[in-house]
Amino acid sequence: MTDKLLEIDHLTVRFKGARTVHAINDLSLSLGPGETLALLGESGSGKSVTLKALLRLLPPKRTEIEGDIRVGGTDILRLSGRSLQRYRGGDVSMVFQEPALALDPVYTVGAQIAETVMRHKGVSRSEAMEVALDMLKRVKIPSPERRLQNYPHELSGGMRQRVMIALALACRPRLLLADEPTTALDATVQIQILLLLRELQKEFGMGVIFVTHDIGVAVEISERIAVMYAGQIVEEGTTREIIKDPRHPYTRGLLAANLHDVARGERLAAIPGAPPALETRPASCSFAPRCALAGPDCRAGLPPVVTPAPRRRVACLRADEAVPAE
Amino acid sequence: MSATELYDRLPDRGGPGQPLLTVRGLRKYFPIRGGILGRTRAMVQAVDGVSFEVRKGETLGIVGESGCGKSTTARLAVGLIERDEGDIIFDGDALGDTLSLRELRRGIQMVFQDSYASLNPRLTIEESVAFGARVQGLSDPMGRAHGLLARVGLDPARFAQRYPHELSGGQRQRVNIARALAMSPRLVVLDEAVSALDKSVEAQVLNLLSDLRAEFGLTYIFISHDLNVVRYISDRVLVMYLGEVVEVAPVDAIWARQAHPYTRSLFSAMPSMDPDNRTEEPPLTGDPPNPIDPPEGCRFHTRCPFAATLCGRKVPKLRKIGADGHLAACHLHDPASGHPKAGKIA
Repeated sequence: MTDKLLEIDHLTVRFKGARTVHAINDLSLSLGPGETLALLGESGSGKSVTLKALLRLLPPKRTEIEGDIRVGGTDILRLSGRSLQRYRGGDVSMVFQEPALALDPVYTVGAQIAETVMRHKGVSRSEAMEVALDMLKRVKIPSPERRLQNYPHELSGGMRQRVMIALALACRPRLLLADEPTTALDATVQIQILLLLRELQKEFGMGVIFVTHDIGVAVEISERIAVMYAGQIVEEGTTREIIKDPRHPYTRGLLAANLHDVARGERLAAIPGAPPALETRPASCSFAPRCALAGPDCRAGLPPVVTPAPRRRVACLRADEAVPAE
Repeated sequence: MSATELYDRLPDRGGPGQPLLTVRGLRKYFPIRGGILGRTRAMVQAVDGVSFEVRKGETLGIVGESGCGKSTTARLAVGLIERDEGDIIFDGDALGDTLSLRELRRGIQMVFQDSYASLNPRLTIEESVAFGARVQGLSDPMGRAHGLLARVGLDPARFAQRYPHELSGGQRQRVNIARALAMSPRLVVLDEAVSALDKSVEAQVLNLLSDLRAEFGLTYIFISHDLNVVRYISDRVLVMYLGEVVEVAPVDAIWARQAHPYTRSLFSAMPSMDPDNRTEEPPLTGDPPNPIDPPEGCRFHTRCPFAATLCGRKVPKLRKIGADGHLAACHLHDPASGHPKAGKIA
């Protein structure tokens, strides 16, 4: 047994089809109980695929998965049938980006939450409804008794996302996966949902993996950040380390592109080019073609993983070099 | 081709002092139909009494949350949807008076958020870029298309024959920019044009937009929900809430001091970017109200921390509250409004 809540070892995910996509390439990650980690990356970096692999939501016929995923010591990739059902929504649950699509339009929100509780906890409908009401209160939905009877379309976007969170947390999972849950929301609503998630995380003590493309959101929600690029984690550390002392050239570029402290009219230090197509498994640093610091050694083989501090890692040959002057 | 050959811009008429675009009292209500007979059941008050100016050569940023009417305002100004009321004056010529819709569209072009939906999937990108110029009868549309594709960073020899689905999101948005420029417009409306792009690609496109503005002497209306981006690209900012303008100011002035309580909330809802100083209190609770049935009086009063009885009754007018054209529509900033805290809050 282990004291880690989640351990991913050498995970590789390939999608087969007209062309093969190497979505995740040798990804390792661990999360302690009650830790909040943001998976930060751009579209196609593999952050959502990682979450889906964790819930076994990838289509089995077209997906090849290698490696090891353990949640509380249980090997997730070997689960099937009943035990897989118990795991999904019981031990681990997920909040999606678009609650309007994730909620069932023909059931009231109360019925949807209660159904999950009945399935996992084996309680009666009326007890499950009590839990549903309690959850709506915890996610701070105004007049929760009345809202239990509402259908998803009768709620605003922010309210729907609160319901989604109530549903995900109803069975007290040990691990919550959140896939860009605030991206579709307005700024003033986004910050409310982020603060709510932070509060509930403390209250319930669950581990959280929060997928986002927005560094600002990652800073608000997480203690740790793992930066993904082309299906790999290129840098990991505490949120403070990543923001104040980014080592990987890609992380530095992302921070600069956030425009947080850029003067008006100043030329932006944009990362040139676009992410790779992932049609082949990377044999050298995937970021090298876009990297200002890249040399022949970067294109010769996979970069070493440097660990400047405990639980801090950077996959780059130039991790210790100074930031080039722009 | 040089910039001047690529670009036969419409001549300037009123001189640099005359605003390029003036919008006065713009109003648009959309009917909601329902039932078997399709009768109008309610009206969405999308844009209600919006007035502003866009000066020649400036970039006006428009910010606000979904449903605040920023995109509708832009579409009305371009003539993509018909206004219910209000004047649209382009360099001195009023639409419907001395200016036809066709002439307006020649002068104003638009780039949308969804780069894929805004291109015809069955046209190669050179055809898409040349299309508008051909319709408007401009000379050498294809040569113009190739020149502009090269200018936005897409080598015509490699890209001209491709279809939209063969390009990445950033490349498609470059095509859309080239297509807008092919009409040699004087004003380009960028409606969340970089919002769907990844951050690293967004920075490239922002650099391109800055270069094009300088090179072709363009004026931009830049609509975005991302305040950092708006601050970077804009000269002045217009803040909208539920179909109305609540504040207008130069970028530096509004970043130094947000006069309207809504603007202040919107700014404090930005993630802090400082792990040692995270946001602790949400600036507002709840979602924005529905524009079908907006609150009486000041539309923000239902969520405003400073709301008084007066605010639910009387609509505040946009008035000057500082130097360099800083305007806000709030009773707090009108000493004669009768608001108990009027003039007491900075």
